[in-house]
Amino acid sequence: MSQIVVESLTKVFRIAERRAGLRGALAGLVRRRNREVRALDGVCFQVGRGELVGYIGPNGAGKSTTVKVLSGILVPTSGTCEVDGRIPWRDRRAHVRNLGVVFGQRTQLWWDLPVVESFELLRDLYAIPADRFRAVGDELTRRLDLGGLLNVPVRQLSLGQRMRCDLAAALLHEPGVLFLDEPTIGLDAASKLAMREVVRTINREQGVTVILTTHDMDDIESLCQRVLVVAEGKILCDGSLASLRRTVSSERHLIVDLAEGISWNGLDGLPAREVEVAGGRVRLGFDPENVAAAELIGRLTARYPVRDLLVENPPIEEVIAKLYAGGKA
Amino acid sequence: MRPATAWAVVSLRFREVLQYRAAAWAGVFTQVIFGFIILMSLRAFAASGTADSPLSPEQLTAYVWLGQCLFTLMPWNADRSVVAMVRTGSVAYELVRPVDTYALWYCRTLGWRTSMVCTRALPLLVLVGVVFPLAGLDGWALPAPASAGALACFLVALAVGVLLATALGMLMHVTILWTLDPEGVTRLAPAFVMLLSGMIIPLPLFPDAVQPLLAALPFRGLIDVPLRLYGGHIPVAAALGPIALSAAWTAALIVLGRWMMARGLRQIVIQGG
Repeated sequence: MSQIVVESLTKVFRIAERRAGLRGALAGLVRRRNREVRALDGVCFQVGRGELVGYIGPNGAGKSTTVKVLSGILVPTSGTCEVDGRIPWRDRRAHVRNLGVVFGQRTQLWWDLPVVESFELLRDLYAIPADRFRAVGDELTRRLDLGGLLNVPVRQLSLGQRMRCDLAAALLHEPGVLFLDEPTIGLDAASKLAMREVVRTINREQGVTVILTTHDMDDIESLCQRVLVVAEGKILCDGSLASLRRTVSSERHLIVDLAEGISWNGLDGLPAREVEVAGGRVRLGFDPENVAAAELIGRLTARYPVRDLLVENPPIEEVIAKLYAGGKA
Repeated sequence: MRPATAWAVVSLRFREVLQYRAAAWAGVFTQVIFGFIILMSLRAFAASGTADSPLSPEQLTAYVWLGQCLFTLMPWNADRSVVAMVRTGSVAYELVRPVDTYALWYCRTLGWRTSMVCTRALPLLVLVGVVFPLAGLDGWALPAPASAGALACFLVALAVGVLLATALGMLMHVTILWTLDPEGVTRLAPAFVMLLSGMIIPLPLFPDAVQPLLAALPFRGLIDVPLRLYGGHIPVAAALGPIALSAAWTAALIVLGRWMMARGLRQIVIQGG
């Protein structure tokens, strides 16, 4: 049975419209004009226990709103969702006890105090037994490399350091469900890798269910078996990364490094298209259903002396951008 | 919320506010000046008036100095950390804790409030209670409490006053869920709080006609009841009534605050995406 069930979830925000200019501002004092924004428009999906799902979409698509409704913070306008059989906003306290959340653009740490003080407060808030707190804390400190940070006031931490501490803070009470809302935004490579490694580990080894929203496709490629794409409050696509690629285009790329001194003379009948030619490196796009990679390579190497070859999928950013563009049409 | 959890929140916020030492020293200095101005004015009135002052000179001096010690107890301003939380949307993190949100904020507010009171009251107490007598300023120093019983009643009433101040401050914090900005309410609140609590003019000096009103309002429980108990203006035998009324107000304001917060959180928009 699914652990998270979301059914036709809709959230409408009423926003007071501010008209531009002095006249607009004065008019606004007398009569408020309200505009309705449909942040979520009938979102449905299910997530099984132990899944790691990427939740992606352009800015303003409704990703964060979904996470906030699932966290019990926002009350939806209509529709339902259940996590472990509980309705988050009705049964908020029981629900959040088993929930870890990271909001990438904010911090849950106490700004003026050393990190360890925030951790100890969380221990009290979640009533974590002392031995579990120590064991989990030590483990996270090692994995996220927090050793030197625990006694530093939060305001003195870099963004990457703070986000690693924030992730640890969300995991101290060993939640069974983890929501990560843009956790890697603005982070350097080392911090991103450390965070991904921890998320992967708790998902694989402890079976924690994870929903990850992000704009970083490397996060998705390295972590998620399944991806939900949302745009304008609706789910556009739900499936594996591979199936997502197929819905947009099945094209793959063959990157060819020609031998020294050989120049590219065009496709000359090869069943592919030129994507890019730069110096001795040629990038060809081909459809694997039309021509197998081995056959294409065979025909290519028969014609050109080749130094190196590489077959890869087109960058996921391109796939996603096409998908977003298609969804708007 | 379990008591240990509540204590953890209160003490953490207490320690966080302790960082701002310069603000505390500036506050002490301001309160000394204020204290002298108010005390001098009231003494001048008492000396030139024809009627007997309702407060004896000792009671008046104690009322003014202890009032200045407790200046930061006045619930007239909002905790900037709470304001920032609502404005930036970090309030989302408060809502994913497995505790009652009102209780969590109440404890935060209590820690913030008591931290400010302690950092200002303790140095000022030492100054007016110890340094002034040693410096030969006996006439200006803080007089001793009327009796040991009066001191005990003062401490109990003060504890209730702290809880009352926190409950009043919470109403202000809850309104930020709608307004996003404390400006309006923090301009309106001092007018009521400062005057009706006795911070500017001791409440016994108000006209007899308004005394029943002052006695019924919650603001009196902040400092007026404790300070009158200290000086013996309210005798120990009559202490229970006013303290119980303050406690009842505290309970009522907590119920009101919880109700408002539940409504506020249902319509909340988490700012900043």
